[in-house]
Amino acid sequence: MISELLIISVSAILINNYVLVQFLGICPFLGVSKKVDTAIGMGLAVIFVMACASAITWCVQYYLLVPFNMEYMQTIAFILVIAVLVQFVEMFLKKSIPALYNSLGVYLPLITTNCAVLGVAILNISQFGGMEMSFVKSVVYGTTAGMGFTLAIVLFAGVRERLESSEIPGFLKGMPITLVTAALLSIAFLGFSGLSF
Amino acid sequence: MKSPSFFKTFVNGLFKENPTFVLFLGMCPTLAVTTGVTNAIGMGLSTTAVLICSNIVISMLRKFIPDKIRIASYVVVIAGFVTIVQMLMNAYVPALSSSLGIYIPLIVVNCIILGRAEAFANKNTVLASAEDGAGMGLGFTMSLTLIASVREILGAGTFAGIQLFGNSFQPVSIMILPPGAFLTLGILLALINLIAARVKNSKLKKRAEEGE
Repeated sequence: MISELLIISVSAILINNYVLVQFLGICPFLGVSKKVDTAIGMGLAVIFVMACASAITWCVQYYLLVPFNMEYMQTIAFILVIAVLVQFVEMFLKKSIPALYNSLGVYLPLITTNCAVLGVAILNISQFGGMEMSFVKSVVYGTTAGMGFTLAIVLFAGVRERLESSEIPGFLKGMPITLVTAALLSIAFLGFSGLSF
Repeated sequence: MKSPSFFKTFVNGLFKENPTFVLFLGMCPTLAVTTGVTNAIGMGLSTTAVLICSNIVISMLRKFIPDKIRIASYVVVIAGFVTIVQMLMNAYVPALSSSLGIYIPLIVVNCIILGRAEAFANKNTVLASAEDGAGMGLGFTMSLTLIASVREILGAGTFAGIQLFGNSFQPVSIMILPPGAFLTLGILLALINLIAARVKNSKLKKRAEEGE
């Protein structure tokens, strides 16, 4: 059991990194990665929401959609659950843990449209050849996928901070050089694809 | 509104406000499905279909949806259409559907669709919104196809599955791997910037000469 969980974690963080290999959550990756501090904030918020979303969507799928034969409603059900969940998390944090809310608060609304969150919910159900994932595995997968996102965005923010102060030809400034940097980082992560168990 | 402005709405999405190269919207599918031209066109057209339908419905309902819950309502409308597209593709083009995989349900969170609903459809008439959806969607399809052609020709030596070069061609396989997506988009953007700067410069020069 533990070795299986370990394999899921390594695979989600390094081998199938959500941002650099599967292209999920590119918008925040490019948008909120100008400073390391904000990147860490965004990353923590994503880990938190992804863990909750995996747990809840798993329950929705196997206790609601499957018993009533409504699997085709998956997309609609999941996006609504995620939107509501993000709203609840925001309200809960504001009330009870204001310190955490102050550091994560700005990023929470952005997460609703983060395709990584919907992606993790759908992959939890459909990946591994349609084999049923257990509840624990889903939550571990969600959490570690979020960690992979955080790792990528924090590394990337570190590089971008350096880019700010370096001399770049005018036509490469802004988005082009950012994307080329992301390509280099992605090549680095491609190296992990040789890992096998 | 008369016909010239209609035409403008349509062309706007193709070039001036191209969702991929100018607005940087919908980056996830742009990078993920452009490994081949067939995939890119499939993705582009299904996004276009969802965009047109959701723009029409949202524009029809714009006077009834309360302001506070508008985003949630948009998401429900969009998710409904995405489910329809998903089922249609599963039934009629199963091969394309399985190669696009998870990115079909993820059309729901494509920022182009929600963005156009918020920025255009909830302020304009039904016809104009449909036109805007078509323009934006085709602009998106066009950009995806462009990126995919570069990646497929360099990375696999084929175009939409047709072999282009002889056996001696060594494909640059990194182009169809994930890093190639970032690289291609980055370089294409740089080229567009370069050309735009040149055009601007020559226009300025012309104006200066005319002024003298």
